[in-house]
Amino acid sequence: MALPNKVTNIVVAGLGGQGVLTASDIIAGVAFARGLDVKKSEVHGMSQRGGSVASDVRFGGQVFSPMVPPGEADFLVLLDQDQLEPNRAALAPDGVLLHPGMLDPVTAANQRSRNVALAGMLSAWLDFGEREWIDAIRASLPARHHESNIQVFKAGRAAGQKIRNGGNS
Amino acid sequence: MNRPTRQLLSGDEAVALAARDAGVALGTGYPGTPSTEILETFDALGGRAQWAPNEKVALEVAIGVAFAGARAIATMKHVGLNVAADPLFTVAYTGVRGALIVVTADDPGMASSQNEQDNRHFAAAAGVPMLEPSDSQEAYDFTLSAIEISERWGVPVLLRLTTRVCHSKTIVQPRQSALEAPAPAFERNIKARVMIPAYARPAHRRLRAKLAEIAAWNQTSGPWRRIDGNPALGIITSGISFVHAREAAPEASVLKLGMTYPLPMETIRQFAAGIERPMVIEEGDPYLAEAIRAAGITVEAKPEMFRFGELDVARVRRILAGDTTPEAPPAPGTPPNLCQGCPHRIVFAALKELDCIVSGDIGCYSLGVLPPFEAMDTLVCMGAAIGVGLGLRHALPAADARRVVSVIGDSTFVHSGITGLVEMIYNPPATGHLLLILDNGTTAMTGLQEHPGTGRTLDHERTGKVVFEDLARTLGVQRVHVVDPTLNPAAFRDLVKECLDSGQLSVIVARRNCLLAAGKIKEYERCDGPAE
Ligand SMILES: Cc1ncc(C[n+]2csc(CCOP(=O)(O)OP(=O)(O)O)c2C)c(N)n1
Ligand code: SF4
Repeated sequence: MALPNKVTNIVVAGLGGQGVLTASDIIAGVAFARGLDVKKSEVHGMSQRGGSVASDVRFGGQVFSPMVPPGEADFLVLLDQDQLEPNRAALAPDGVLLHPGMLDPVTAANQRSRNVALAGMLSAWLDFGEREWIDAIRASLPARHHESNIQVFKAGRAAGQKIRNGGNS
Repeated sequence: MNRPTRQLLSGDEAVALAARDAGVALGTGYPGTPSTEILETFDALGGRAQWAPNEKVALEVAIGVAFAGARAIATMKHVGLNVAADPLFTVAYTGVRGALIVVTADDPGMASSQNEQDNRHFAAAAGVPMLEPSDSQEAYDFTLSAIEISERWGVPVLLRLTTRVCHSKTIVQPRQSALEAPAPAFERNIKARVMIPAYARPAHRRLRAKLAEIAAWNQTSGPWRRIDGNPALGIITSGISFVHAREAAPEASVLKLGMTYPLPMETIRQFAAGIERPMVIEEGDPYLAEAIRAAGITVEAKPEMFRFGELDVARVRRILAGDTTPEAPPAPGTPPNLCQGCPHRIVFAALKELDCIVSGDIGCYSLGVLPPFEAMDTLVCMGAAIGVGLGLRHALPAADARRVVSVIGDSTFVHSGITGLVEMIYNPPATGHLLLILDNGTTAMTGLQEHPGTGRTLDHERTGKVVFEDLARTLGVQRVHVVDPTLNPAAFRDLVKECLDSGQLSVIVARRNCLLAAGKIKEYERCDGPAE
């Protein structure tokens, strides 16, 4: 998907406190480290009280607006199943929807690391290597959370690769 | 200097980095989304940053720094500039020696604000040059330019950001060499700095002369950029609208303005002259379109419906297509709510139960307006809880007047509630009044900042502390109570009732730390050691 000059559009959505911004930081970080143009945008302010939060990440050769135009998201990554309705309009007709129900039950059950698990699932569709992702995770999280999150990331990535190959989403 | 050549930064972070690179001596401001992270980042980068009680005080302190010949930056959200407007309008006359940068972070679409005022009008009204960055690189570059302009002409400069510029992360290449900071010194210049009418009259003329020079400079070497594309469509734009327009119409010609007050009107005239369809694309009020038309240049402006809310690529496409069919309302998301276990919950449950008329204010506790409480009847601006509550008491029949309660947060009380409390003492309603100060030990709404009532500085070091109950007693409030409402909600409700029934002037300080802040506060207190 990440052809050099095509802009890849990703929307990560969830509720305040679910780690939406951390997930989008990791995604933006991996594209940034590759040397691509990257823009990431979200509206925050009152998110600590559990309201809807969405974060847009766009990368490619040259990105203009930091916001993904409606109907142009290549990927909609939901950290909370209930956030589909408010964000459905973001997704392109041929866009890919990723949600916690696609994770294995053990990984999905861990609320705190769902954000990283779904970043892992998304990684199966993007042209970055596992090393690059792991570096981005290290850059976005405090050291004491590195090992556990890398494990979760790998589980999400494996689940994503299985779906891509098997096509059973 | 050896530092990363390429960074992914938010606009707020980029402003802070530039301020650090320019040796800004002091950053001051009051928290307010989306401006808050500027001072927090400036502090983290080693700059001297402090929270002021409100934006007016922040700007005044910054003016003093600039009078001393050092560089100062004052940060605030758009509505903060209303509070700071008094010093702003007159510091334009006095001018400054060191750079004075005033950052206003506007919030089109009201992601977290009570209005969507367009502060570009302030630049024109006060006669203060204004720069409008489009992304983080420009936020960095324009902060440095603002400092240079401020010092070259001895004027304050307004740096106008918007939510998307503040909070979007884009790539920044910082300069490798810093701006040399001037050495502060006091220089007496009474006629320039003391604005009695006799000195202010020539000062106003000096300001207008400087603005004429700056306009001429903007014309020849200002931070505008021209993209000569297809001459069929020419877009005149600034700020975040520029990037939306580039994406919506990649083939169009574009004149992208960097300094939007004073405007480079000849540049605009020349651009428009070569274009079949010259069109202004701007967010918020038709500020550019009106100024350009007033100069006798024919340009197309957006339809009125696009005054409201943020622009994005899709809306710019609509403007270009002249599409004024109604827009689909955004799909409703999950609204925010008071955290489970938030101490504010107990307070609003009591006010609801007592059927109070609640004159409310701004903070996390504004969420008391939503179900299940629906226990807030007015909210206007910070500090208004007290004045509006008093006004209601003055005018309502006694039976209803007795139900009126003013509710204000601790940070908001310091910001602009203290003068309201003075008014309560000075012009007491016949039925008395009750002020509830919700002291949760932090500025929760904007992400847990310190304030004078916490007794800790921006970076959580111990400092002087304003004690609300002492202040209320000193001012002569008849009944002053301090309670933790969570210990016994029924007793809290009874206390509110007792105060209302007393017909006296009462202040209840409801003191219980914000749930999200409690752990951190404990840690800061442990580091501080026992209070003396
Ligand atoms: C003039 C102005 N400045 C800043 C803001 C942003 N703001 C609104 S309320 C508030 C403070 C909230 O703190 P507090 O009163 O302690 O209530 P809490 O959120 O902790 O419940 C801030 C910073 C504003 N709305 N208006
Ligand atoms: S952040 Fe603090 S003050 Fe705000 S709702 Fe949560 S507990 Fe209450």
